[in-house]
Amino acid sequence: MFDDLLQFVVVLGVMTGLVAVLGKWLTHVFVSPSHGAPERWTYSLLGIDPAEVMSWKRYGMVLLLSNAAMMILGYFLLRIQDYLPFDSLQRAAQGPDLAFNTAASFITNTNWQSYSGETSLSNFSQMAVITFLMMVSATTGVAAAGGFIRGLSRKKSSDIGNYWVDFTRVIYRVFFPLCFVMALVYVWQGMPQTLSSGAIATTLEGVKQQILMGPIASLESIKHLGTNGGGFFGMNSAHPFENPTPLTNTLHMLSMLLIPSALTFTFGSMLFRRRQGWAFFAAFLVMFVGFLALVYSAEQNGNPLLSTAGADQQRSVFQPGGNMEGKEMRFGIAQTSLFVAVTTAATTGSVNAMHDSLTPLGGLVPIAEMMLNNVFGGDGVGLINLVTFSILTVFLVGMMIGRTPEFLGKKIEAREMKLVMLAVLAHPFSILGFTALAAVLPSTLDSLANQGPHGFSEVLYAYTSGTANNGSAFAGLNANTPFFNTTIGFAMLIGRYLTLLPMLAVAGSLAAKKSVPEGPGTLSTSTPLFTGLLVFVIIVVGGLTFFPALALGPIVEQLLMSTGQLF
Amino acid sequence: MNKLSNTNQHRGPVLQGLARPVLVSAVFFMLVSGIGYPLLTTGVAQLLFRDQSEGSMIARDGQVVGSAIIGQDFTKADYFHPRPSATSAPDPSDPSKSVDQPYNAALSGASNQGATSKKLIEQVKTRVEAYRQENGLAADAGVPVDAVTASGSGLDPHISVANARLQADRVAKARGLPTQQMLTLIDQQTSQRQLGMLGEPRVNVLQLNLTIDARSAKPNAARHD
Repeated sequence: MFDDLLQFVVVLGVMTGLVAVLGKWLTHVFVSPSHGAPERWTYSLLGIDPAEVMSWKRYGMVLLLSNAAMMILGYFLLRIQDYLPFDSLQRAAQGPDLAFNTAASFITNTNWQSYSGETSLSNFSQMAVITFLMMVSATTGVAAAGGFIRGLSRKKSSDIGNYWVDFTRVIYRVFFPLCFVMALVYVWQGMPQTLSSGAIATTLEGVKQQILMGPIASLESIKHLGTNGGGFFGMNSAHPFENPTPLTNTLHMLSMLLIPSALTFTFGSMLFRRRQGWAFFAAFLVMFVGFLALVYSAEQNGNPLLSTAGADQQRSVFQPGGNMEGKEMRFGIAQTSLFVAVTTAATTGSVNAMHDSLTPLGGLVPIAEMMLNNVFGGDGVGLINLVTFSILTVFLVGMMIGRTPEFLGKKIEAREMKLVMLAVLAHPFSILGFTALAAVLPSTLDSLANQGPHGFSEVLYAYTSGTANNGSAFAGLNANTPFFNTTIGFAMLIGRYLTLLPMLAVAGSLAAKKSVPEGPGTLSTSTPLFTGLLVFVIIVVGGLTFFPALALGPIVEQLLMSTGQLF
Repeated sequence: MNKLSNTNQHRGPVLQGLARPVLVSAVFFMLVSGIGYPLLTTGVAQLLFRDQSEGSMIARDGQVVGSAIIGQDFTKADYFHPRPSATSAPDPSDPSKSVDQPYNAALSGASNQGATSKKLIEQVKTRVEAYRQENGLAADAGVPVDAVTASGSGLDPHISVANARLQADRVAKARGLPTQQMLTLIDQQTSQRQLGMLGEPRVNVLQLNLTIDARSAKPNAARHD
């Protein structure tokens, strides 16, 4: 117990320590007036004017179009994989619906995978499609956060910055250096980084074992720093080559939390409201600790049905105990529970254990975190989602106490609230709408790996994960069907762009407003009281929206498990 | 409107002048982040950490016997056994179907069975009974949970210390060695928490079995034909 708590405290402590360091650097990236030489060279290659400033519409349009071009390029490379080099195993190209799903998945930072890396992708695709899309989608998210914060910080201005400059700086000054260093640390810990496809061993008992590998470390570092999450292998970060030691597991978690948490600092710093940044960070942290406690206790208590079958789940000095189905020995319960909570909080979606085999309450945690979608959240978009809910909170609280809703010195009016509601509603609309559609189709039953309420959870998880741009799965679900590939593909696009674009519009609209001086009637948004209200609004809105669906899945399953019901 | 004199607000249609940067940026950043970055990392990693970058393969008597961090299957009584593995492989007679193949390092896999799955609970019951019988345990002895549940990757190289200790007696008998010596070897092969606090104490099955092969005059040397 003490050992486990120590690990939690260390990870959260280091994360908090890094908030200010990286937060300052990101601020510099967004506001620095001078361009580096490689950046200037890139601008002239692209043929853009770095001094151009963009309205939110143009900023958003450039983001959308450049993402579209990258997605199409990725799709194209996946479709012609069998004509491309570097694959001694001659893996076939992906079909149209699968390649659409994969490209949509990686450009939206979701990293949902309807395929298994081992059988479906060559080393060339792992680099030129997967690593590439991971890098640019993460950069897009952070750049958008930069434009968004800039919009909120401006007074009577019609621009929110230059997308190309934000994008180029973030990828050159943040992701390349961090990913390169982290990849080398990973290789030192045992992660392969090679162009060969694998090796053949003869085991001690004389059986041939084909061991696949490839350029894994360079993919893993951006996978976590970029809150992407798609695995090189089917079993993702549970695979020893993707996550060889408890240290790599810890670095994975810190990488995922690094940018989402640092952006709260950048936010406070760019707005000259440091306390606001910390108030947001506190809101993230409070929700996170609550979810971590739930999944850890559920998994350590284990599955009573396994005990009845004769398994010893008691924790002792010789074993971690708990529900070990789908988990790896080197991580045990503590490092696994922490990973579950982090990967769905930061909407990364890599997994170091099979979420499908978590206890029902343990499995509720990732679903609920993705439904709320702003317990830290993905690179850039998590902060944007939290601001969405902050505006909703000032609006609701303003209504209750009769104060004019103001946020960061700007009046919140009908136009902003409409856009905020569009962003807030697109999320449950996609999750619940698609889940309902899938639930009434008889063909869905063929895709399920589990019966009873757990089968429903598998479908609910899939659309929640897609919409939240998470990408983890209750992986028993066979989602590689035209129906699931297409609908989950759309869920990912809706979840990404229908929350990002309205909020860029909000930023553009607020940037154009003049600032109103704080008066006695102003509700301060950087106090613990506001943090409390914000968390309350997130939980209430999320709860009212999603509780019925959760009740049909994990909650009823937990109750049935305690009565010994099997499916 | 702009206070800074060196910035230009775009005045034309929203889409004006975007074709070139949009197309060029897609190809350019694909080359830089999808080819340049992984290749540079590969080059440097191969220089600094040659062994790890190629998968930490272990050779014995000139033959590659596996990777130090990938589990492999053991079923014979004179070896320690790993955790159950849910990996499968394409059926040789009909590639559209798959057959169980534990520790298939070409296709990682897990059971993905939920907590209330009848299939899972039946499987665990069967494994518990087999484990008790193999290791001469009492009919109601608790079996360490890692010994009867499949791992996430299907390639877990480790077992718990509890699991290893319960197998010590069986392996010692099969090898004609004292059980105490087995327990000592387990102690030596136990990896403690990394940096004193991360992860769980654990035993690498392949490494332990290699040590045992090295220690005991192999009655089974012929096996390595």
